[in-house]
Amino acid sequence: MEAKEIFERLKSRLPDAVRESCAETAEPYVVIDPAHVRSVLTLLRDDPALRFEMLLLVTGVDQLEHFEVVYHLASLSHGHRIALKATLAHDDPHIGSVAAIYPAANWHERETYDLMGIVFDGHPNMRRILLPDDWEGHPLRKDYVAPEEYHGVSNEA
Amino acid sequence: MIDLSGDKPRVVTRLDREIDRIRRKASAARTEQENRILTLFDQICDEGLERNLLVAPLDLVFNWARAWSFWPVTFGLACCAIEMMAVGAPKSDIDRFGAGAFRPTPRQADLMIVAGTVTHKMAPRVKRVYDQMGEPRYVMAMGACTIGGGPYAIHGYHVVKGVNKILPVDVYVPGCPPRPEALLDGLFRLQDKVRQDTIAKLWREGFLPWKRKKSLKG
Repeated sequence: MEAKEIFERLKSRLPDAVRESCAETAEPYVVIDPAHVRSVLTLLRDDPALRFEMLLLVTGVDQLEHFEVVYHLASLSHGHRIALKATLAHDDPHIGSVAAIYPAANWHERETYDLMGIVFDGHPNMRRILLPDDWEGHPLRKDYVAPEEYHGVSNEA
Repeated sequence: MIDLSGDKPRVVTRLDREIDRIRRKASAARTEQENRILTLFDQICDEGLERNLLVAPLDLVFNWARAWSFWPVTFGLACCAIEMMAVGAPKSDIDRFGAGAFRPTPRQADLMIVAGTVTHKMAPRVKRVYDQMGEPRYVMAMGACTIGGGPYAIHGYHVVKGVNKILPVDVYVPGCPPRPEALLDGLFRLQDKVRQDTIAKLWREGFLPWKRKKSLKG
């Protein structure tokens, strides 16, 4: 399926969820409404014409005035790919978890929470995954300042 | 060697040097005590030759044994560990130099090769493994990350900028990662260091088992 056909199908099934789409980039993407993230991913997975069986990546982007959560999906049976972007407010960013739809999202969402501070509501285990539990801040945010020391070990080079 | 014959116990670090010192003196200038030491030493040497005994300073024996039988703890943290494994493999074969017995428990090891990036999350575990090793113990910092943070030195918010912030390091092996030959060279430098040890020095610094120094704070 071509990217434009995927956009059309998505738009006809879930007209409220799709905000804009772009097929010119290397990876065609759709900007979706964060409130509809679960229904969009369920549709992409279950629709026989789309069949996105595989969630490749969940990640976050700090765009200074807002956060973006990006989902990369691939269909092994149809051989097509798509990216989804959801825009979140910069203060207290929240989005629904898709770990129940794609189990692969479980650790990806934890990593996104750990490094970007985006909270995934409904996640079975929303804790840090890489950094220690008592770490302060989320290092991949643009306004992050590295701590001077951690547990008495100085961070100076 | 500890000389207990005088009023106060006297630590004689190297028996061979002590004998040399006495021999260099004019025989008239030697004290009665020194004459007795010389006679005793000659007796030991003569009897030893008769009975096929080898007489050597205790330091020499201890250091020889230590330098040629390091038991490293199996402790790899990142890509340097791959090179550490290569050192144990046939091409480099660290076992030729007696340091190939990688132990899965620190309690049986006396050398820790810190092979890889030490993160702040890992640092307490590194420290704990070190603390569980028996004295005398040695630490080799392998690779740029353990020496000073390496590629994470400036922006690595999560990396300990050098393992010497948490452990006393004996030998630094630079490289990213170091080649197996470099790690072998690190082992030889550590052997050189061990050969400088004397039991008297270990005694003074409290590295003997019955006079253990408190471990570093961290």
